[in-house]
Amino acid sequence: MKAVVSVTLKPDVLDPQGEAIRKACGSLGHAAVTGVRQGKLFEVELDAADEAAARKLVEELADKLLANTVIEDYRIERIEA
Amino acid sequence: MRFAVVQFPGSNDDRDMAFALKSVLGVDAELVWHRDPELPPTTRAVLLPGGFSYGDYLRCGAMARFSPIMAAVRRFADAGGLVLGTCNGFQVLCEAGLLPGVLRRNRGLHFVCETSCLRVDNAETSFTSRARAGQVLRIPIKHGEGAYYATAHEIETLEANDQVVLRYCEPDGSVTDAANPNGSLGNIAGIVNAAGNVFGLMPHPEHAVEAAIGGTDGALLLGSLIDAVESGERTLA
Repeated sequence: MKAVVSVTLKPDVLDPQGEAIRKACGSLGHAAVTGVRQGKLFEVELDAADEAAARKLVEELADKLLANTVIEDYRIERIEA
Repeated sequence: MRFAVVQFPGSNDDRDMAFALKSVLGVDAELVWHRDPELPPTTRAVLLPGGFSYGDYLRCGAMARFSPIMAAVRRFADAGGLVLGTCNGFQVLCEAGLLPGVLRRNRGLHFVCETSCLRVDNAETSFTSRARAGQVLRIPIKHGEGAYYATAHEIETLEANDQVVLRYCEPDGSVTDAANPNGSLGNIAGIVNAAGNVFGLMPHPEHAVEAAIGGTDGALLLGSLIDAVESGERTLA
């Protein structure tokens, strides 16, 4: 199975990289871009009996390893068979 | 061995730390490999050095916390043992949950490499006893991810318990935003845990121990640790 997990900074945490990317958008002439937040996407291949078991494992991985929940939120985007 | 300096793959201030302790400050210090499951039985203090452990993959310090030695460091800290982490070592302590908060990408995105002025806000710790409260220390910093962040609640707790030990400041000791090199909340440069036995700081005291190369203010911090170890040994004896 494959799980896709996104990790993003919590909304109230300053994102200097996103801000630098927003400025670059302006430099390209796209003044319409008013904000960018950047994050990470993980594609995790795993063996699991079913989707519920996979979700449980990925949830634990995301909470303990993929994200630092002091500053980051994670979301399991999808689990593919 | 009394001072154990942990060597992770990617550490690069490990030898400097051991040199500062051993050759400059004259105490018994040795390098300990990250795969060792135990600290040497004679360990009285553990130092987690600066560098880029495991290439800083995922997040700074995130991988090092899974090293076999870190389980031993955690047991040592839980039993009240003295642990000091500089720079990447501070990041490892935060990722391991031995200190609250996290070190984030610098506000300005740039790697900073300069001598910082640091105000000692708590001189009563095992790591600052040779300094005076309010004293301004000059110690180098060099990092890309040193912006200290913690939740508002955690910051409140740190402040209320005098756990903020060092703050970035102006040469006269005033704490201003202009003196903040990386966007750390509250200009925080170093904190201790609630029990006072685990200290993390972004500056590099091991790089400020000799007058010929940049000053000796770092020796005040490492010397305080040495005093704490020696007084602990006297108590045991």
